[in-house]
Amino acid sequence: MYTELIKPENLVYTKTKVMTDKELSYCPGCGHGTAHRIIMEVIEEMGIQGETIGVAPVGCSVLAYEFMNIDVQQAAHGRAPALATAIKRLWPEKYVFTYQGDGDLAAIGTAETIHACNRGENIVIVFINNGIYGMTGGQMAPTTLPNMKSSTSPYGRDETEMGHPLKMTELVANLPGVYYVTRQAVHKPSHVRKAKKAIRKAFENTAKKTGVSFVEIVSNCNSGWKMRPTDANQWMEDNMFPYYPLGDIKVDGLFVNK
Amino acid sequence: MAKVKGVIVVDTERCKGCEVCIPVCPVNVIAMSPKVNGKGYNYMEQIAEECTGCSNCAVVCPDGVITVYRSK
Repeated sequence: MYTELIKPENLVYTKTKVMTDKELSYCPGCGHGTAHRIIMEVIEEMGIQGETIGVAPVGCSVLAYEFMNIDVQQAAHGRAPALATAIKRLWPEKYVFTYQGDGDLAAIGTAETIHACNRGENIVIVFINNGIYGMTGGQMAPTTLPNMKSSTSPYGRDETEMGHPLKMTELVANLPGVYYVTRQAVHKPSHVRKAKKAIRKAFENTAKKTGVSFVEIVSNCNSGWKMRPTDANQWMEDNMFPYYPLGDIKVDGLFVNK
Repeated sequence: MAKVKGVIVVDTERCKGCEVCIPVCPVNVIAMSPKVNGKGYNYMEQIAEECTGCSNCAVVCPDGVITVYRSK
């Protein structure tokens, strides 16, 4: 190994200092860690560590405040957009973002999400969608795919009985208060880099006071899906992406023509 | 053009052995160690010198355990 290269001037990548030194509580291979890190990298690059306030959800990422070295408030289950609204209105010059999973944003918090988006609050909503309630043991969520097995749908999700997966991102894109809507992933380097650009754009949008920027990150839950992390990533590509296609949906307030 | 040389430094105690980094290495110089860390996970390590310092592995690592150095 070229150990002589280990010098500060040769450094090309290391974990950002806007993450704390705490060990992440997430399972091996969970997309939450990468999602946390790219948000913190964007904050570091924009130099807004002191001007950013995050809102943590309930779910696996409830402990986000332990890992993000910024001001974070933890909200009641699903109420992160409501709390972010209050924070942003009291400190209009701050960058405010919520970080929520699908159980939080698309189930118990649907009303708060829809209304915060409809009011066009100048916040960033980062939505981690893994199609399952990961923290509580892999129960079926509104975003669970058709025929996908979970601990509360052991024979697969039957759409006639359990309804259809909720495409929250497409839903909020139709609201006029929403300025930027995109769906990304963080399981491969190219996806991570694209997702980081999307988050950067979302944070820059909040300074323009143009409305909500909504970034969905399709992620894995290898413990909930009961797969190895690499298998879970492959399963996500094969099954999640056809239903939740990646890419921009709405940019600068206008729908992207596909 | 001079060959780009790179090297990675792994915080082995924090690696959770998820193996997400293994398939993304373009030159296949990382592998799981047969040894385990304090938490009982096999950790990843660099096994050959051909690293180009592309930082793909560090970018996908959920726990951010990889630091990448590259010759300028």
